[in-house]
Formats: sequence, structure tokens, C-alpha cells
Amino acid sequence: MSVFIGMPGDFPANSAKAVQNSQLRFNLRKATHTIRGKRATVVGELPDWAELRAAGKAIKDHTLRHLDRYLVQLEEAVQRAGGQVHWARDAAEANRIVTDLVRQTGETEVVKVKSMATQEIGLNEHLAEHGITAYETDLAELIVQLGDDFPSHILVPAIHRNRSEIREIFLAKMGDAPADLTDEPAALAEAARLHLRERFLRSKVAISGANFMIAETGTCVVLESEGNGRMCLTLPETLISVVGIEKLLPTWRDLEVFLQLLPRSSTGERMNPYTSTWTGSTEGQTFHLVLLDNGRTNVLADEVGRQALRCIRCSACLNVCPVYERAGGHAYGSVYPGPIGAILTPQLRGLGSDLDASLPYASTLCGACFEVCPVAIDIPEVLVDLRAKVAHPRAERAGMRVAGWVLAKEVRLAKAQRLASRFRKLVPKRLPGPLSAWTDTRDLPDIPKESFREWWARNERA
Amino acid sequence: MRVALFITCVNDTLFPDTGKAVVSLLRRLGCDVDFPQAQTCCGQMHVNTGYRAEGVRLARHFAEVFDGYDAVVAPSGSCAAMVREQYPRLGVQAPPVHDLSEFLVDVLEVEDVGAYFPHRVTYHPTCHSLRGLHLGDRPTRLLRHVRGLELVPLEGADECCGFGGTFAIKNPAISAAMCSDKVRNVLDTGAEVLCAADNSCLMHIGGTLRRQKTGVRVMHLAEILDAR
Repeated sequence: MSVFIGMPGDFPANSAKAVQNSQLRFNLRKATHTIRGKRATVVGELPDWAELRAAGKAIKDHTLRHLDRYLVQLEEAVQRAGGQVHWARDAAEANRIVTDLVRQTGETEVVKVKSMATQEIGLNEHLAEHGITAYETDLAELIVQLGDDFPSHILVPAIHRNRSEIREIFLAKMGDAPADLTDEPAALAEAARLHLRERFLRSKVAISGANFMIAETGTCVVLESEGNGRMCLTLPETLISVVGIEKLLPTWRDLEVFLQLLPRSSTGERMNPYTSTWTGSTEGQTFHLVLLDNGRTNVLADEVGRQALRCIRCSACLNVCPVYERAGGHAYGSVYPGPIGAILTPQLRGLGSDLDASLPYASTLCGACFEVCPVAIDIPEVLVDLRAKVAHPRAERAGMRVAGWVLAKEVRLAKAQRLASRFRKLVPKRLPGPLSAWTDTRDLPDIPKESFREWWARNERA
Repeated sequence: MRVALFITCVNDTLFPDTGKAVVSLLRRLGCDVDFPQAQTCCGQMHVNTGYRAEGVRLARHFAEVFDGYDAVVAPSGSCAAMVREQYPRLGVQAPPVHDLSEFLVDVLEVEDVGAYFPHRVTYHPTCHSLRGLHLGDRPTRLLRHVRGLELVPLEGADECCGFGGTFAIKNPAISAAMCSDKVRNVLDTGAEVLCAADNSCLMHIGGTLRRQKTGVRVMHLAEILDAR
């Protein structure tokens, strides 16, 4: 599996291909609509949802504003509890730290759970280069890994696969899959369970992420559905957690808000099945916490864009986004797809590549993402802000300048309108250049004989 | 009440009938309607495509033109939302702009405008009307009072049609896919007319309806409310 980050192409091209895949479109539509409905139901049950959302936003904003202080508090608390803290400025540093830690144990296999941060830095690939095999243990991550594939959703990385595809992947790639495996969800889950059980019992080293970190106690928190995380967190002798610096919460009390916001927004459940917390080292286990920056302090420095760091990775914005529903997660070319990916990824990576420059435009600004976001990230606002920072294509720049010039004075607009109506019969059915994108699937409106302003002027004179 | 009509550049140029309907409707309801002729565009296209400097210039011009009116009425949820939501962020003083249905229901406090339109109609709420201005059921309340009109519900009404301004040009494949789903839902209603309060969305959906030769017409809310 190659590294996902820095994928070539751009969003329009990637998504144009995806939209032609009818199986993918069907899978995505079914999955996102199901989870969308579930979320709406359980959110509707809480009369104080708006207040919870405001509290989530306020806690995150406060933490981000004082991140320096809380990070130091966290470090001290983790160390007091017998854990070691490592600071990683970027992907390369984080990969080096983790690889060294694994090598010190003498092991060549690790189990992994719940970590988008390690996907963001391409840790599995880096470990493989150093002779260490990383096994994903989250069921969906396992499917993606066995399928030599990329995750395409924050919460359900294998959302683009249906059960018959999963059965085929298991039969082809999972050595101990039963030969008579059916595509019944229970049968698939059982096969994965037996396969993973063996890994859990064998592995001496585990790598995890965390949903939250509590500064006052140095505690890491993982919310999950399968219990595999708990196996990873408790069985191995060495636990290495790689966590983005923005995952911090000041106190235990703050967690209460997010334990309500996250499950309802993500899986549409009132409570997630497993919540694991761990603080420093316990008897028989060494604990390392790798705190990852990798562009986050740059995002923090941006007045408008910093709200993206409030994200708790619930994926509600993906499930409601009409663009994601049709483009699929891979089109975004990042471990963070969907609306949040469209603002987070180009901020973390910079707007240099074609892909990153196209991401702020991967939205109609319909606002559905902002409406569902449990921490009220105004994604459309950040998208528009990022668009102002992107280098624009020359032809577009020229066109927008002309339009700006015409619209600057009403006499120019009136003249352009008269010109358009005089030649209205000559407008072709198919437009040239980039405008052909419009006429490929839509008819143009008829240009009227006179503009409104002409009608008004004529009428008011009369 | 002295009301300024903000026609919007798209309506002015391509959909003058909508503007005529707004004028006729507001006058019928006793408003003194003025059309400040120096108006051009609110700047939405420029700002939303990433051309902030040009957008701010247009926004300042807009604010100057509409300065001093009791109310500014626009037959476009999208442009009204631009002024209300985005102008403050751009540092431009926003005039008091209302979408047409907002103005009728909240300011004039009428729901029955005395219209007659004996057709089967379905309503697409449009994203900026819905989530930018929070118009809620104001437009459908107005439509329900139109005599002869049969309002039929639209499946997935609150989902974006895929227009998104320059999105339709920059991401044509996704835009078309979104629109074809919208069109299918419209056809499923069996309506003769698709109504909305934004001609730009209607231009997109209507252009697809026409290309597919479906026979379904699109009409701006103002034109139905002005029908007698």
C-alpha cells in the first residue's frame, strides 16, 4: 500500500471518476442516508442539544487559545503517572520516534487501533520500510488494509465497500478465513474476530490514537464500538499513543459534554459501546505518548481557519454532504475526507498541490455541514476564506476581472445587457471552453428582450 | 412603506419577469417600491470564488446604493444571505435586506396575497434560504394560500441541487449528478411546476429539466404569488 498523502490529481477529476462508479454511489448513498437518519433521531431526543453544541465549541476554543499551557500541564501529568512524552513537529519526526520505540522492544509486529493521526503521517508505510508490520484491528480498517485500499470515511473507513466485496477480500487476503464464508454480517464479523483474537494474544506492542486527552490528569480517552481498542490498549507490554495536539481538553468535567456530542453525531447512538481511558504506565505496561503537530500550529495561527481544530472527527459533515455522497472519500486524497477534510487537509498540507488547491472548491456552500457539526465549525466560512488564498487559474482570473469591471458601474452592466439581448438569437446551444461544463448537461436560459432595468426605466418614464 | 427592490444581477439580466412580479405584488400590497438604478451586484460570485478584493468593492457599492431605505427586498435567498451573513465579515455595513417571503410574512404580515394559480406545484427550498436565512416554512405558507394551487411535497427537498455558483463549472460531474437526483425527485412528485425563491438554482434545475425534455416548468415564487 502506497502512502495516501500527496496523491496526484485534483478533486474535480477524482470525483468525476468516482461518480461513474454505480456500485460506489449506491453503497455511499445507502450508508450515509441510514446514518444521517439515525443521527437526526438521537440528536432530536436532546432538548439541550444547542446548548451542548455551544458548550463543545466554547471548551474547544478555550483549550486552543491556551494550548501551550494545557500541553505542558498534560506532559507533566503523563510523566507523573509514569508515562513518557515525545514531541513531534512533523510526520517525519513522529515516524522516527515511533519506529525507534518499536525497535527498542525488539518486536517486528504491532497491533493498531483508532488512529487517523498515524494514517495522516503514513506510519504503517514507514514501519514497513523498517521491517515492522502493523496490523489494523478496527474491523473497517482491517478491511481497508487487507484490500490494499485507502480509507474513505472518518468513522467507517470501508464505507465504500459492501458485504459481498468484504467477503471477497477476506477470502483472498485473510489467511484463516473459513472457506465457506458467507456475506452475512455476523459471519464476516466472526471471521474477523477469530483472526484478530490471535493477533491480540500474540502482540507485545500496540499503537493507538486517542479521541481526547485530559490535561489535568494526563489521561487519554478512546471511544469505540467493537472493543478491539480495549484489547489493543490493555494486552500489549508497550503502548504507544500518537495524538494530535488539538485533542486536548482541560478537565475531566469537560469530557462529559463530548461523551454526549460525539456518539450521537457520529454513529447515531446515545452512548458508544466502549469508552477506554488510560493514564500513564500501568503495571506490566510501558506507555509512550507522541504529541503530533504536523501543521496544527500553523492552522492555529489562522484566525478564520483555526476553528477546524475544534473537530472531534465525528463525520456528521460527511454523512450529510451531498458532494461527499457522490464523490466518495478517496476523491479528497486525504485521510480526512468530506467537508472537514476540504478545510483541514489544505490547511495542514498547504495549498501548493493541484489537489489541495481544488479542495476548498469541493463544496456548493450549501451549509448542511455547518448545521450538523457538533462543535459548530462554520465550514462554508473557512472554505470561502481558503478560496481567497488559492492561486487562481489565469483564464478564470481574467474572466472574473472583466465581470468585476462590468458590475462596478450600472452603465456598464446596462450596456452588457443590451448587447446580450441584441445578440440573443446567436447564443449557441453549446458554450465553448470551461463554460461547456454548463451546457454539457443543461440548457441555457433564454436571454430576454429587455433587462429588468430597461423595463423599469421605460415604465417609470411613461 | 418605502421599499427598495434589490433585483440581483442574475434576475436583472436573465429573469426580468421575476422583478416585474415583485414590483406588481408589492404595489398591490400597498408598498411604495423604488428601484435604485445604480445597483449592480452584491458581490457573491466574486467573494465565493475567492476574489475577495473585487467582491468587497461590489459590496461597498451595494451598501452605498441601498443606504437610507426602510427595507430592501430581494427575490433571492442566496443574495439576501450574502448581504446579511457575509458583509459583516467583509467589514461592510449591511443594509436591512429581506428575502421576499420574509418581507411578506414578517414585515407586511400577510400570508394570503390574493393569488390564483390552478396548478400542481412542488417547492425546492434552496440551501441559502433554508440554512442561511432560516426562512423555514414562510414560502410554503404563502403558497398554501394561493387559490387553486396544489402543493405537493418534494422528497429530499432540503438537499442541495448542485448549483453552488461557480461550483457548477468547477465540479461539473458532481454538480450534474446532484442535479439529476434532484430532477428525479421533482419528476416523482408529478408536479407541473417547480417553484423556488432563487432563480440561480432554478436556472440549474430548469436547464436540466429542459435538456431532458421533461415538460416540467420552473417558476420563481414571486411569479406564482403575483398570478391572478
